[in-house]
Amino acid sequence: MLRNDTFTSQPDAGGHYGQGWGGRYVAETLMAPLLEVQEAWEAAKQDPAFWAEYEALARDYIGRPSPLYYAKATTRELGGAKVYFKRDELNHTGAHKINHCVGQALLARRMGKTRIIAETGAGQHGVATATVCALFKVPCVIYMGAKDMERQAPNVFRMRLLGAEVRAVEDGSRSLKDAMNAALRDWVTHPRETFYIIGTVAGPHPYPAMVRDFQSVIGRETRAQLAEREGKGPDTLVACIGGGSNAMGLFADFLDEPGVRLVGVEAAGLGVDSGKTAASIASGRAGVLHGMKSCFLQDADGQITEAHSISAGLDYPGIGPEHAFLHESGRVEYASVTDGEALEAFQALARLEGILPALEPAHAFAHVMKLAPTLPPEHIMVMNLCGRGDKDIFTVAEALGQGIAP
Amino acid sequence: MSRIGTVFAKLKGQRPALVTFTMAGDPDGPAALDLLTRLPGAGADILEVGMPFSDPMADGPAIAAAGRRALDAGATMAGTLGMIRDFRAQDAKTPVVLMGYVNPVLAYGVQAFCRDAVRAGADGLLLVDLPPEEGGEVAPAARAAGLDLIRLVAPTTPEARVPTILAGAGGFVYYVSITGITGAAAADPDVVRTNIAALKRRTALPVAAGFGIKTPADVRALAGAADAVVVGSALVTLFHEEGPKAALDFVWTLADSLRPARSKEVR
Repeated sequence: MLRNDTFTSQPDAGGHYGQGWGGRYVAETLMAPLLEVQEAWEAAKQDPAFWAEYEALARDYIGRPSPLYYAKATTRELGGAKVYFKRDELNHTGAHKINHCVGQALLARRMGKTRIIAETGAGQHGVATATVCALFKVPCVIYMGAKDMERQAPNVFRMRLLGAEVRAVEDGSRSLKDAMNAALRDWVTHPRETFYIIGTVAGPHPYPAMVRDFQSVIGRETRAQLAEREGKGPDTLVACIGGGSNAMGLFADFLDEPGVRLVGVEAAGLGVDSGKTAASIASGRAGVLHGMKSCFLQDADGQITEAHSISAGLDYPGIGPEHAFLHESGRVEYASVTDGEALEAFQALARLEGILPALEPAHAFAHVMKLAPTLPPEHIMVMNLCGRGDKDIFTVAEALGQGIAP
Repeated sequence: MSRIGTVFAKLKGQRPALVTFTMAGDPDGPAALDLLTRLPGAGADILEVGMPFSDPMADGPAIAAAGRRALDAGATMAGTLGMIRDFRAQDAKTPVVLMGYVNPVLAYGVQAFCRDAVRAGADGLLLVDLPPEEGGEVAPAARAAGLDLIRLVAPTTPEARVPTILAGAGGFVYYVSITGITGAAAADPDVVRTNIAALKRRTALPVAAGFGIKTPADVRALAGAADAVVVGSALVTLFHEEGPKAALDFVWTLADSLRPARSKEVR
């Protein structure tokens, strides 16, 4: 498993990627709990029994492997690359988030933790966390920005049905970053009994690496499925980036294969120069927030600015530190897609393939629509269809100016 | 000797120092400066000044709200340093410790910030989200500028980490007396005393206790153990809700609880 080449050997023991991205920028009170998580994770990673349990749940509970679907109509319509979707939206709970939630919940149980907390933006990670907590019979508290609770009401109801306590966060922009602040404050206050299930490849070490490792099943399955279907690997992989967990999941296994083009798609909101954006790479710069050094949207004085995206799951003013490193090193290209383009892609995918994507992968699809026509038919492109769109129909209806009241 | 060192040397064997925390720019620049200049007269020995940050993840509601008010009123890092300069023009002795989060310091430029902070008259720097493992950029710059880098030790800190924290620490060691955010419920004073005693065996630096200390009784309970006690959220709340007179009276009462003979001193 252990490889010592440039990309997959990241991070170092202190959680640093490249020249100092990542790390553990936390209050002293959290250092001990983080070191405890790291130690437990490193032991679990080496334990075949841990992985056997993970893999059994992945198969029987999540529904892995997720299908690799040849999007024939899309391919024909776009007239270029052969487009496949990795269908992680068919997972239990409707997104890729369950992959890392099952893993982290197993680790929490192994550590004897009796309480779980999480932050959520779109609610997909919150639902996945509430789900595994119901499965493992652990009480859980989900922090969610009050603005996100309004626009993702169905997911709030789902979490409550699953037995989670959802706490509204009224601070700041009332969205994902504030929910993460609230979860960190909770953890500072209850570190001994609490396991914090972080919802993306962000936060202090070891979370970015641990979440990536749990999500990397996406890329490994893609490799095996393509080998069977095409007798070769992918040429281009495309995924949307909020914090970047689904993208790291798809990319991780291919980082050391320079022939595979990797494209991350940020949410530009109203445009990267509009001031209403969530594109942390295009519009942000290096900084420290939520325990990590990465790229953040911020003003000249280092105050973090509010992100904007039509997609609650991408509405975060930063990205995971490994993405900051992969951008700096040039290994992954980062593009951005506006709210309007994502809305169009959402509708296009519904009509073309009979699939309602979540607004997050609708961003990835908008970029596929731009990129695929420029490539030859033998070029194999895989997009991570990381979430389903049921949760977004109210947002989409509103954006299209259509009422959907019964 | 530094201003911080002078204060502890003077008080050694007598009483702990009273450290107050107030937020720069709350509710606006002039009002925050006015309060700051009057705190030493009310009995504050060391002044901690918060540098507002948009995402203060180690702070409770009182200090988070104070930072938000300051930012809404236009507070900037340059403005905070300007306030320290104005304070220093009126008070040459009372040490000032800047407390905040690392991102605004990075945005300002680490070396420029340390240099400008010392020029303005600051004595110490405490960055809550900068553990020693990540201090590679800030620690040398602070040392070169002559700014004491104040480090935190928490109840959860493993024994093995203490030497790492103490290496390169300056001014005093800040003992986080509770497992929680600023302004949370008070800690069990017996536990805090025991932990501080253990810490003092490992460092020659003075040890200050902070987080969750709100009342004269809380302050008194730690008087025998800590070299300094820090009061923040309670003061910030009182200043916001009742104004400067109530805040200064509160500091006077806290100071009295540490030195009952002060009625003979000049106010």
